[in-house]
Amino acid sequence: MKRRHTFLLSMLCFGFAFFYIPILSMIVYSFNASRLASVWGGFSTKWYVSLFSNKQVIDALILSLQIAFVSACIATILGTMAGIALARFTKFRGRLLFSGLVTAPLIMPEVITGISSLMFFILMAQWVGWPGQRGFTTVTLAHITFSMVFVTTIVQARMLQSDRSIEEAAMDLGSRPWQVLRDVTLPVIFPAIMSGWLLAFTISLDDVVITSFTTGPGSTTLPLLIWSKVKLGVTPDINALATLMVGTVAIGVLIAGIVMHRAERRRQHDEQMAFRANG
Amino acid sequence: MGGKRLSGWFDRRGWSDVLIAAPYIWLLLFFLLPFLIVVGMSVATKTSTAPPFSFGGDYPLINLQGYVRAVSDTLYFRSFITSLVSAGIATVFCLLIGYPMALALTRVSKSWRNILLMLVILPFWTSFLLRVYAWMGLMGKSSWFNVGITKIWNALVPAGWAVDFMPMMHSNFAVVLVMVYTYLPFMILPLYASLERLDPTLDEAALDLGSRPWQVFLDVTLPQSIPGIVAGGMLVFIPAAGELVIPTLVGDAASPMIGRVISDQFSSARDWPMASSIAVVLLVLMVVPAMIYGHFQAKAEGSK
Repeated sequence: MKRRHTFLLSMLCFGFAFFYIPILSMIVYSFNASRLASVWGGFSTKWYVSLFSNKQVIDALILSLQIAFVSACIATILGTMAGIALARFTKFRGRLLFSGLVTAPLIMPEVITGISSLMFFILMAQWVGWPGQRGFTTVTLAHITFSMVFVTTIVQARMLQSDRSIEEAAMDLGSRPWQVLRDVTLPVIFPAIMSGWLLAFTISLDDVVITSFTTGPGSTTLPLLIWSKVKLGVTPDINALATLMVGTVAIGVLIAGIVMHRAERRRQHDEQMAFRANG
Repeated sequence: MGGKRLSGWFDRRGWSDVLIAAPYIWLLLFFLLPFLIVVGMSVATKTSTAPPFSFGGDYPLINLQGYVRAVSDTLYFRSFITSLVSAGIATVFCLLIGYPMALALTRVSKSWRNILLMLVILPFWTSFLLRVYAWMGLMGKSSWFNVGITKIWNALVPAGWAVDFMPMMHSNFAVVLVMVYTYLPFMILPLYASLERLDPTLDEAALDLGSRPWQVFLDVTLPQSIPGIVAGGMLVFIPAAGELVIPTLVGDAASPMIGRVISDQFSSARDWPMASSIAVVLLVLMVVPAMIYGHFQAKAEGSK
């Protein structure tokens, strides 16, 4: 038993070294004064300065955040609707096709989603004259479509775990179906909806392949800008950009972790108090 | 009056109709229709018009040339093989590294476990592109990592095998390495979820009855974690097989993966029918593992 633990723990250390050494190396080299990736030319923050004075980068970041925000909100609404529908309505016409449509985007290779969306937009423009040009709208539409199914998966799983008897009780007490939905179901699945939104936002913010197919001239998102630079090789300003992104995410995850930990502690505390009061 | 009728309809069944219809119509329009366009395009004929395809008229209504080429042309055939083999090797390595990590996560104390799980998920929240890029920095021939590996190699092998640097970039090795790196969290998380549910008293019982730890693992732990292995395997294999970003950045242009072939056929060669034919063949190949996954999922649900 002892020996097995040693093996497992050393694998764990190896795994985390594997995860984090490349990222740490990238962070260290973002402070490298030398332009060459291999030579350490002393400490410098000049790549950060050049990054912040680069209008292209700032514009791309703003566009990416806009697309991610709009697409995450719409994807969350549509995805939640689909998740509730699939979890609560076991029989309706076309349910099999519907559940297939919700699963298929998850396993569709991105490059195929990309070319199918692009051909769709080009042919639609030819047949009905819409969309006139590709850019913000087409990218957002494509992002909504492939991120809403992730929201559906999360919401559906939460719905299947949740206790239906509360909904039935509300129904018995005379609530209308949509009132039950608003007052009982939605609050119960709210954490799932939030994590769905966060996932949709991240997926949109991170996407390269589908964006590269559905975007048009003048609409360059941050991943597309990085993509076009990275294809040419390693540059120090991308190291700086990467460091900032990793730092932002790490702080976000840390805050989320602390908030969740506190909420959990409070819940446990409340439960104990309730238990004592009843006992 | 009209408002009352409307709210009455909404109360009875309208709200459920709206709930179903809105996402349904969205997916029909923006997912199924584009997909049907790909299927239709796969039997069209390439032309030099804009858009570059045609049905009927001077051309055959159904042109299966794309499919014939997709399965018979050695270039495409080799790309399919390269993709499936690379994705397969990456999946095996993810399992070999991810399984002990997931098992170790179930053995550490509760407070450590949450922190370590967060560290597994953290790279997943950072940009995929930048995680690939991080390895480009490491694998380049003059990076500290490459120099270090080269020194170790030269110290270990006979003098005749000494190299100036490790040719890591732009190879299938690099593609598999980066795939393992980027997809490892997808393997660890479902494995952890299935291992965490296991009852530790079963292990203890087997040990008490005289099994060696290794036998306990093989006879007790491993069989019960098969749903987790299948889930993790699919989550790695399916996206890896259709990968476009990794092969473009660190792969060997001489033996491209199928995702890159589809993209090149579509964008550079402007051969929409050919790109669509390859896409459909790839999807058919993807459906087989997805169905195995669905089968295991259904079985796991049934046994609960």
